[in-house]
Amino acid sequence: MNLYNISFNNLRRRKAKMVFLVLGLAIAISTVVTLITVSRAMNAEIATSLDEYGANIVIVPKSDDLSLTYGGMAVSGISLGAHKIYEKDTEGIRSIKNADNIKIVAPKLLNAAAILQRNVLVVGVRFSDELALKKWWRLAGGRPTEKHEAIIGSEVQEKLQLGLRQSFEIEGERFVVAAILEPTGSQDDGIVFIDLKEAQRIFGKPGELSLIEVAALCYDCPIEEIVRQTSEKLPEARVMAIRQTIESKMEAMHRFEHFSYGISAVVVLVAALIVVTNMMSSVNERTREIGVFRAIGFRQKHIMKIILIEAFLVSFVAGLAGYIIGLGVSKIVTPLLTTNGSDASMMNPTLLGFSLALAVFIGLASSIYPALKAARLDPTVALKAL
Amino acid sequence: MNLHKVYNTGRERVHALGGISFEISQGEFIAIIGPSGSGKSTLLALLGGLSHPAEGKVIVDEIDVYSLPVERLADFRREYLGFVFQSFQLIPYLTIIENVMLPLAVSSLSRGEKRGMAREIIEKVGLRSKELRLPDELSGGEQQRVAIARALVNQPPIVLADEPTGNLDSATSEEIMELLGSLTARGHTIVIVTHNPENLKYVRRCIRLRDGTVRKSDLTRPTNVAASSVAERSSDYVC
Repeated sequence: MNLYNISFNNLRRRKAKMVFLVLGLAIAISTVVTLITVSRAMNAEIATSLDEYGANIVIVPKSDDLSLTYGGMAVSGISLGAHKIYEKDTEGIRSIKNADNIKIVAPKLLNAAAILQRNVLVVGVRFSDELALKKWWRLAGGRPTEKHEAIIGSEVQEKLQLGLRQSFEIEGERFVVAAILEPTGSQDDGIVFIDLKEAQRIFGKPGELSLIEVAALCYDCPIEEIVRQTSEKLPEARVMAIRQTIESKMEAMHRFEHFSYGISAVVVLVAALIVVTNMMSSVNERTREIGVFRAIGFRQKHIMKIILIEAFLVSFVAGLAGYIIGLGVSKIVTPLLTTNGSDASMMNPTLLGFSLALAVFIGLASSIYPALKAARLDPTVALKAL
Repeated sequence: MNLHKVYNTGRERVHALGGISFEISQGEFIAIIGPSGSGKSTLLALLGGLSHPAEGKVIVDEIDVYSLPVERLADFRREYLGFVFQSFQLIPYLTIIENVMLPLAVSSLSRGEKRGMAREIIEKVGLRSKELRLPDELSGGEQQRVAIARALVNQPPIVLADEPTGNLDSATSEEIMELLGSLTARGHTIVIVTHNPENLKYVRRCIRLRDGTVRKSDLTRPTNVAASSVAERSSDYVC
């Protein structure tokens, strides 16, 4: 027999009241869990869709002499730049502190070349990264799989009168058109894309790069911070952020998040009031019982302990129930609000821990006043008989 | 000594006790009697460290009870006093043995020691076979026995009982009074509040209250009769 037994047995006796209390608290926790889960699913979806906006960071060699442009960005001259960037620098980008936020690193080597007696801009790329970065590309034909396969822009196709699977030469090397890029309205339409390694080899620039495009995947990651960290890793390069692509989308997302926090705060407040009311009524019902405890020598702190142990047990169960209910509701709600929320209802130990901690915090904080009131009951008033 | 108790009822001050002084020796069995509203229960609450007097002191074992801080006063009640209430005041959701163990719940004794002490006292009040029942599964007399067992489990020197037979039939009342009377032989001091003159044949001394003051603190009884004898007629005893 100890104080825990008293609390536990009392809860068992007052089942209906306890079920009501657990339910009240569980609904609040489940609402918070649902809002967090849905909000996360939406964030994840936005983060995933951010790469459809293309790169948000561009890295070029430091140089005062700008002779080429690409995608609206000035790129250092191929041979005039005082500094150079190399393929190994892509590893540096992957090793920054916020490396988890870097989704795609697409290095490029730009060079002008004569193809079929016409000057064309040839860009060496890693096709896997390039195609991941440029989700809006529509290709006629297949993705290049061999090192001598190329993708040509629609303007190049018109200019050189090249068709699918037709071959052409760059610096004496034979290439085959694997795919033709449908018009994009960008500079890509006038470019011949070939494998990066092949470009470096045929232009005699092994390991060298003209620029690196980076897609930092994170709806609210600090782009400036990623730029700063990358600049530290690549002192020879100029790192620039293209912020406008994501800012408006992020703002909308933050608005939803703030709305979620507001709703959560109100729900938590209501839950706290339910706990206070319920515990106060429990204390009032147990006035005589508390009087007996005090008369037989329980200290005030013992009475508080009994009430707070009850609050802890109830709120822990409510936290667990709330998490499970919240997860269930998320499973239904998330697909309605997102297009890809299938993993929103996955078990999340952190969220489970948060739910339990929040429930126990609400339960204990809201029970402090009723517990104090119980502890301070005058034993004679409590007993009435005396 | 010189105990005063005043209640504020809003518009007026009611003097529940007006200067009561007396001494109780160890092992005494005392009854506090008097009509309703005479201050019996108030006096018991003051003796039990449950209600601060407006004036005066309660000294137990050279301890000025009401000079103790609130938590120490609770410790004092646990160490020195056992309470038996008129309507038993058992905790309905605890079994008999758990109810009896209640005063030990906040002690540092082991689980086994607590259980052993409770079993021993339950045995003494004859309820060993019913220790796992809930209070509402017992008769009134049995419940009062449990209440007495709870009051005695931590072996307090003083037992205070408020109308211990108030809710019992006469046969059970006699049984309970005999049980209380037998405790004095073990060194317990027993103070009961009662309005039942039948109970006086078990006590050694009585304090008669009227309007918050002591009218008589004596008991007239045949000198050759033992306190615990139930053979005597109650009319032989006049307080």
